[in-house]
Amino acid sequence: MENMKEVILEYVIDEYCDDESSDISFDTPLISGGLVDSFSMVSLKRFLENKYNISIPDDQATPEAFDTVTKIELLVKKFL
Amino acid sequence: MAYSNSIKDIYQAQLKEIKDAGLLKQERFIHSSQAADIEVEFPTGSAIKKVINVCSNNYLGMSSHPEVLKAAHDGLDSRGYGMSSVRFICGTQDIHRELENKMSKFLGTEDTILFPSCMDANAGVFEAILTSEDVMISDRLVHASIIDGMRLCPALHDTFKHSDMEHLEKKLELHATKRLKVVITDGVYSMDGDTAKLDEMVKLCEKYDAMLFVDDSHSTGFIGKTGRGTHEKCGVMGKIDIITTTFGKALGGASGGCVSGRKEIVDMCRQKARPYLFSNTIAPVVVSGVLRVLDILSQSTERRDKLESNTIFWRKGLTEAGFILKDGDTPIVPVMLFNAKLSQDFSKDLFDLGIYAVGFFFPVVPQGAARIRTQISAGHEMHHLEKALDAFIKVGKKYEILGKTKQEIIDRYGC
Repeated sequence: MENMKEVILEYVIDEYCDDESSDISFDTPLISGGLVDSFSMVSLKRFLENKYNISIPDDQATPEAFDTVTKIELLVKKFL
Repeated sequence: MAYSNSIKDIYQAQLKEIKDAGLLKQERFIHSSQAADIEVEFPTGSAIKKVINVCSNNYLGMSSHPEVLKAAHDGLDSRGYGMSSVRFICGTQDIHRELENKMSKFLGTEDTILFPSCMDANAGVFEAILTSEDVMISDRLVHASIIDGMRLCPALHDTFKHSDMEHLEKKLELHATKRLKVVITDGVYSMDGDTAKLDEMVKLCEKYDAMLFVDDSHSTGFIGKTGRGTHEKCGVMGKIDIITTTFGKALGGASGGCVSGRKEIVDMCRQKARPYLFSNTIAPVVVSGVLRVLDILSQSTERRDKLESNTIFWRKGLTEAGFILKDGDTPIVPVMLFNAKLSQDFSKDLFDLGIYAVGFFFPVVPQGAARIRTQISAGHEMHHLEKALDAFIKVGKKYEILGKTKQEIIDRYGC
């Protein structure tokens, strides 16, 4: 299985950054850091659900749970 | 007393945080009418200073136009001061409907409904026309009032990268199964002065059976050959489903806004839009003024033509002087300084030289993209622009930024 963190990071850079060389790591704060607004989380949630064939309940798809790639991986693994 | 010291402490601490971060907003008191030449008291308590205003939304110089003032006076005399009612109880006069009809004609739409402001129009429209079965797909740089309106709406919300049509198409594909889809954009973006690609957006919306929403507040009255807005400029008159716009900028600058577009959309707003249902509409005096503005603009394009030539002069002058501007051809001309403190110092020095222009920095604009946003008006005469240009060049020389690249300015001042 491909590295989940790498997959998520690649999606985040492609989806949210205008400059593909953006310096984002697994622990860069995405939402609290202003890179991803809470509305734009919608597409990230959809991507994760489609990619990993899971369903993330809305009450668990919080800005805190989506704040870094590391945290997102933890969230996804809960539903695998 | 419910307002205890501990409550007071909470607010005082928050206000201190804002101040310490350099983000405290302060008003500058203007002691004259809104115009190219204004009299300003700043800081509060200081002597009144005559300055040239290059930061208002008075794009067509209609805010203090004598014919508009006369129409407002006449409206005050004939229709009174206030309505003391919302529209659907006893707050609608003949002139309110007259203004709605005139706006529909001016914008080339099917119908129009007035709102107390465009902020209210944007706050009310989405909830009135969409449900949880639907999706809103907005440009990531849309105005704050649109964001507030989308927050109040149960429909799914997704975004696309600013002005990126490929990304928008991906999102339209992603949400293809939704009952209703609305693509949402500003016509002209207020901080950068760039224009939405409405021609391409119309094609995508037709392909994916989506509606197109445009906030044309920074366009109505002067963008396009006859000033109808970005839909005229992009050649898509009659193809925008929902236009929101304001009377608080080019159309007299007092207050008020509207939703204009498809008849059913306007009808739904009249039944369900909360700022329309639960707030008084525009005062008769303002309605009377806006009606006159529309007559003046419909009779001649002289003012928007003058604004266009003023804008060309201003952009050319700043560019040749060696400033870095945001690309575009609208009267919103951002002079890029990148560093927040430099933008504030620059603005202060301009004020000392008699030019009123405000510096913007994060979080109003992205980090490292601080700027002086200038806005040109048909109310500017050549002597205003020449004096303002001269002041910009003097201050630009002081800070040694003329002819410098973005990187050179950042290397010197940081970002």
